[in-house]
Amino acid sequence: MNIEVSRRHFLKLAGAGAAGSAVGALGFESAEAMVAEHVRPFKLAKTTETRNTCPYCSVACGVIMYGKGDLKKGEKAEIIHIEGDADHPTNRGTLCPKGAGLLDFVQAKTRTKTPRVREAGSSEWKELSWDGALDRIARHIKNDRDANFVATNKDGVTVNRWTTTGFLAASATTNETAFMTYKVVRSAGMLVFDNQARV
Amino acid sequence: MTNSWTDIKNTDLVIIMGGNAAEAHPCGFKWVTEAKANRGAKLVVVDPRFTRSASVADYYAPIRQGTDIAFLLGVINYCIANDKVQWEYTKAFTNVTYLVKPEFGYQDGLFTGYDEAKRDYDRSTWEYQIGEDGFVKVDDTLQDPHCVWNLLKEHVKQYTPELVSRICGTPKDKFLKVCEMIAETSARDKTMTSMYALGWTQHSKGSQNIRCMAMLQLILGNIGVRGGGMNALRGHSNIQGLTDIGLMSNLLPGYLTLPTEKEPDFATYMSKRGFKPMRPGQMSYWQNYKKFFVSFQKSMWGAAATPENDFAYDYLPKLDVPTYDVLRAFELMHQGKMNGYICQGFNPLMSFPNKAKIKDSLGKLKFLVVMDPLETETARFWEDHGEYNPSTPADIKTEVFELPTTCFAEDEGSLTNSGRWLQWHWPGATPPGEAKTDAWIMAQIWKRLVALYKKEGGAFPDPILNLHWPYADADDPQPAELAKELNGYVIEDVADPTDPTKKLLEKGKQVASFATLRDDGTTACGCWIYSGCFNEQGNNMARRSTDDPDGTGAYLKWAFSWPVNRRILYNRASADLEGKPWDPTRKLLEWNGEKWTGYDVPDIAPTAKPDVVMPFIMNPEGTSRLWVRGMMKDGPFPVHYEPFESPIANVIAPKIRGNPAARVFKDDWASFSDVSKFPYAAVTYRLTEHFHFWTKHARINAILQPEPIVEISEQLAAEKGIKKGDWVHVYSNRGGLKCRAVVTKRIKPLICDGKTVHVVGVPIHWGFTGEAKKSAGTNSLTPFVGDANIETPEFKAFLVNIEPTTEPVA
Repeated sequence: MNIEVSRRHFLKLAGAGAAGSAVGALGFESAEAMVAEHVRPFKLAKTTETRNTCPYCSVACGVIMYGKGDLKKGEKAEIIHIEGDADHPTNRGTLCPKGAGLLDFVQAKTRTKTPRVREAGSSEWKELSWDGALDRIARHIKNDRDANFVATNKDGVTVNRWTTTGFLAASATTNETAFMTYKVVRSAGMLVFDNQARV
Repeated sequence: MTNSWTDIKNTDLVIIMGGNAAEAHPCGFKWVTEAKANRGAKLVVVDPRFTRSASVADYYAPIRQGTDIAFLLGVINYCIANDKVQWEYTKAFTNVTYLVKPEFGYQDGLFTGYDEAKRDYDRSTWEYQIGEDGFVKVDDTLQDPHCVWNLLKEHVKQYTPELVSRICGTPKDKFLKVCEMIAETSARDKTMTSMYALGWTQHSKGSQNIRCMAMLQLILGNIGVRGGGMNALRGHSNIQGLTDIGLMSNLLPGYLTLPTEKEPDFATYMSKRGFKPMRPGQMSYWQNYKKFFVSFQKSMWGAAATPENDFAYDYLPKLDVPTYDVLRAFELMHQGKMNGYICQGFNPLMSFPNKAKIKDSLGKLKFLVVMDPLETETARFWEDHGEYNPSTPADIKTEVFELPTTCFAEDEGSLTNSGRWLQWHWPGATPPGEAKTDAWIMAQIWKRLVALYKKEGGAFPDPILNLHWPYADADDPQPAELAKELNGYVIEDVADPTDPTKKLLEKGKQVASFATLRDDGTTACGCWIYSGCFNEQGNNMARRSTDDPDGTGAYLKWAFSWPVNRRILYNRASADLEGKPWDPTRKLLEWNGEKWTGYDVPDIAPTAKPDVVMPFIMNPEGTSRLWVRGMMKDGPFPVHYEPFESPIANVIAPKIRGNPAARVFKDDWASFSDVSKFPYAAVTYRLTEHFHFWTKHARINAILQPEPIVEISEQLAAEKGIKKGDWVHVYSNRGGLKCRAVVTKRIKPLICDGKTVHVVGVPIHWGFTGEAKKSAGTNSLTPFVGDANIETPEFKAFLVNIEPTTEPVA
């Protein structure tokens, strides 16, 4: 569905064919075929291709991610190459110096990998389980909300607001994440709520 | 963007002012190159720096940062004086003929109603004259001195080429050459596109910068046409989406607004959002507001939102101040009035102005939660990194949580680009370690709050307990489920009023578009402008057809564009009052005698007659506003105000510092830099190799641009005894950083009001985490003041000093 990769299917075919006998069918003459017999299979031929968009600026260039392993089959998958999507109407396969370095973002040494806490006054991090982290965060949120929620203002008007905890929303998350975030933040009555539109 | 990236190829003239697309949006800039190569289009760049956009321009003019309004009002003045106006468009599609209250006035940089103590206006005189028929009075002959056209003419006449040059530092001949090139696009069959970005928004009058160009584009007839438009080149991949969905203090999704405490009940709230047409026969589309609002409330609170409780109106918090924007948030934190803060994929320690104040503020919190795929400086604000981030952790009592999240490669869903295209993307990788999606984390926080409130009770738990949660796995809402909520769905069958045996709407189905939303609680819709993105046809955001009939660049079957897959906003304005395209070679829509046809989804009712219903259907006027009434805080027309930190006084109003209607917190006045100690005009910006503070974590980008730099002219370098590659200390009244100097011909001193002004350029990308070399952070320098209307910080124009120094001790 919606993943048309005809050009890359061709590359796959060419890559697989180089090791087999299909080269003739692609129009190679025998001399070329003999050379092709010794060429290594195209590295990306055995990868899983996934369509994505660059997460940096708002041109939203199409990218193709090449992965070892297939998430859809329930496998573990690791991206080994990212390139521009030649079929994308805006970028037509090109990427800028930021987008061309995307693999190094995905694989950055400084990716966060486990929930952690830095306790008050401490100078180091301590690892937490997800349950451990989320339970503590929910307790902080509820304590502050219960202590500082304003149900009515001084004129007796129902205002149901909470301004002592704030939320700063991301701008590279999806619209779907944004709506989930909106639902949770707004239903708590939070008003100190902003995003990256300004910076 | 009113148009799309691919539409830029249709233009005759590109003006890049307030941006630098060649470096910041390179793959979008390719469409400028296409227009130049294939249409013979010209590119004009106006910028304080000779950027890479400028390097391929047909014409470049320098300008001092923070003076764009003087320049643009000067261009408008030129167009009026030389009759370079698209008159048929301007008279019919703008409010030039409307009459304004005679009490309105303007003098010495201020409009009527200014209150200096409040730094605010009483805007009651900025409104139209209303006739006995209830409609705005007009003068089609443009003779009345109070008509918008005459007020505009009078307002801009001060901005002569001489005055523009004196304020902006743009040589007069260069200014006039730019005027000539722009003015040519007033012809019916010529157009210009405006490409801008943070270079216009990050000023204390950012909104008026953009408004000023919009006014110019309107009198030239360049809005709603192929190759025209106001095109905001947005920074982050989904900042358009986050704004559309209303993740801001004062918004509901789809640009509905949160109630204030002056609207204690639903009836009062709706009475201020009636949007009655101001001229006969106009659509005033916001008349449907209630349908969108009620459908939103139903998507939030489902069965708990009933007609009896005004669809849970009391569940929404009511504002006591205009906005709780980020500057106010950190001011409150600094005053000790906040206890908790949650940063989702956001690095405020690096991104917000006056880093010292931001760091102090974070240290006053009880708890800070950072959700991010990368190790941010914000999560480490308490760490001691020597002169890059001096700190005594034992003194900082904030409890800091860092939660690992997925990045784009591991997450599924849609992002909305600058051109309003919602493009679905698919995950291809397993998240590293224990990283989780942001949606999962938010769901887990909510689930825990519900459990705690059920067990312990507490402050008004109803909106939390009754939050509509229609997900197959309550622990892990899926992107497709959330997208369907955004699109909207039918809650109850609705009978067809013409045939009760038939159903107009069927329970459980996705709505086709917002046109079917209702105000009686029978439909739900998370974000009305996104309606149509995931309807009964399926996930339209996942469409990937490259069909483009006649090569217009519309790509109607690629992804989904809001609203209702429309690619160019206000596209009815591409045709004249008979419905014929202004330029037959660039037809977008055409009236065939019965309805609108063409290459795009019409931005008007398909059968709306061209000589009756005007194109700007979201305005109750039906026309666009050269005069904006009282809708902007700082004036119905733009005025030239200097930045809060300026190398010269405002020559048109010497007593006014900055924008007189911009909010300044009391303690921040003392933190401003004064020209006597900080003589140089600084600007911050981005390099093409980096994206904000992320790519310093990516090795290849860290290699390409490894360390902080500052760019100065050869003249300033000579004055200060600085050579290329020397270490320098750049500092403002708030802090400083050490970095190497790049001495360049790309920046040249400007002469403003007879004085030599040196421009200092400071790229932003370095901090103290990641692979690149460390920096104290460029925002150690920047001032804590924002735009009068929307509080975007003034990162683009402030004052610094610079001195040679030695390499910092690591």
